[in-house]
Amino acid sequence: MSKYLVSAIQNIGHRVIEGIWRLGVGTRFFLLVLLKSGTSLRRFNLVIRELYFTGVLSLIIIVVSGLFVGMVLGLQGYETLQKYGSESAVGTLVALSLVRELGPVVAALLFASRAGSAITAEIGLMKATEQLAAMGLMAVDPVARVVAPRFWSGVISMPLLAAIFSVMGVFGGYLVTVVFIGVDQGTYWSQMQSAVDFHFDILNGFIKSCFFGVAITAIAVFEGYDAPPTAEGVSRATTRTVVTSSLVILGLDFILTAFMFRGVS
Amino acid sequence: MSSENLIEINDLNFSYSTRAILKGIHMTMPRGKVIAIMGGSGSGKTTLLRLISGEVKPSSGHVKFSGNIVHELSRDQLFKLRRKMGMLFQFGALFTDLSVFDNVAFQMREHTNLTESMIRDLVLMKLNAVGLRGAHHLMPNELSGGMARRVALARSIALDPMLIMYDEPFTGLDPISLSVIGNLIRRLTDTLGMTSIIVSHDVQKSLEIVDYVYFIADGVIAAEGTPADVLASTAPFVHQFIHGEEDGPVPFHYPAHSYRQDLDLGEVGV
Repeated sequence: MSKYLVSAIQNIGHRVIEGIWRLGVGTRFFLLVLLKSGTSLRRFNLVIRELYFTGVLSLIIIVVSGLFVGMVLGLQGYETLQKYGSESAVGTLVALSLVRELGPVVAALLFASRAGSAITAEIGLMKATEQLAAMGLMAVDPVARVVAPRFWSGVISMPLLAAIFSVMGVFGGYLVTVVFIGVDQGTYWSQMQSAVDFHFDILNGFIKSCFFGVAITAIAVFEGYDAPPTAEGVSRATTRTVVTSSLVILGLDFILTAFMFRGVS
Repeated sequence: MSSENLIEINDLNFSYSTRAILKGIHMTMPRGKVIAIMGGSGSGKTTLLRLISGEVKPSSGHVKFSGNIVHELSRDQLFKLRRKMGMLFQFGALFTDLSVFDNVAFQMREHTNLTESMIRDLVLMKLNAVGLRGAHHLMPNELSGGMARRVALARSIALDPMLIMYDEPFTGLDPISLSVIGNLIRRLTDTLGMTSIIVSHDVQKSLEIVDYVYFIADGVIAAEGTPADVLASTAPFVHQFIHGEEDGPVPFHYPAHSYRQDLDLGEVGV
């Protein structure tokens, strides 16, 4: 019995130490990426090329999901609010839910699944097929040439995708509540306009999505670069990117919300 | 250092943690020659290439490339030195998101200020040298294994290096592709006046095209000589390797407990 207990404690200790070690290596790698971002920023076409893969190709999932999330919010919101005779506030409910929380968070979760996993898989496969080693032997730094452009493309595209998600959500809410249910159009927009504050709501939501963009792409590029160069290694790294990013997004969201919206009515 | 030798390796030792891979290696590689490094799997051949290119540092001893001790160079100096080296990986390692043309143009765009029209001419010349000028628009996934390696060869000579290292260039090729690659290595070495190092298991093809051979076994140089010397050698290791014999100094079995013990049959006579 005590043998199993010791073994379990050792196992936990080993995992904790490994986790801390990976956190340290990941942080160092993140700083290295920042240090070597000069090439990406000087040759911005490298970033633009990656923006297409991470941003433009993620558009469809963001647009469709945003639309449906907004429609569900409109429907649920209307059903609840009409019990209290406050159905006119449905526009406010949809907009605030989206720009403060659901827009940045759901868009980030989708971005992590769609673009984060793709970045990890691509870098991991480049490593497994010796493309990164070949680049190094051609005196081209793979961190500057491959990793940094992907990192910055993610950082740039994430807030834009979150904004598009929120816009589509507001439009989805409009479709359900105004077009299908018949809430007054003027009320929907004017309530929203008066309740949504640019600084507290929209800007804070934008800042949140910037943090999420940095976190997701930093995790994705690190996992890809650190992946063992085998099929199984790349597969595990891709899974880790999605799981870790999702947890980090939710944790970060709580922390940021606590700082941004505490005491705001 | 003799100016005739591009690479001099002196008393080179290398270990992965406590496992010694290379033990006291001495080699010289003259300019303009094709040198083969042969040995069984895991004998440290690829590690030797990584030491020459400065990817890993030796435990002791050194590799001198064109008068520079490789492991003592700073990162910038090492990257400058690597512009004089080319490397052909086992399966080409082409950049899969770039076309054949862009793969060959990669180093020119990264390291030179040549205009696009000059790069175009140079890339087509390099591709012509490997017989694939007509394939410049293809993507790597549209190439056969042999074609991919020829493109990788064109890419590795893009900046006219002094040295090209070939890591298992013949693996998995059909006889025609194998012959084409082998002859290209010899022809390009002679035409461009560079030095080539081939790490290979393909005894027949390698001995046809190389000037000198080193055999590595258990981390030391087991034999060396010209192809004629090697073919005439009676050294047990060389004989076993060249003729692919099962019995000899290189054991068939990985070290293990006694067979009877593993099968729980008890010891003989018990």
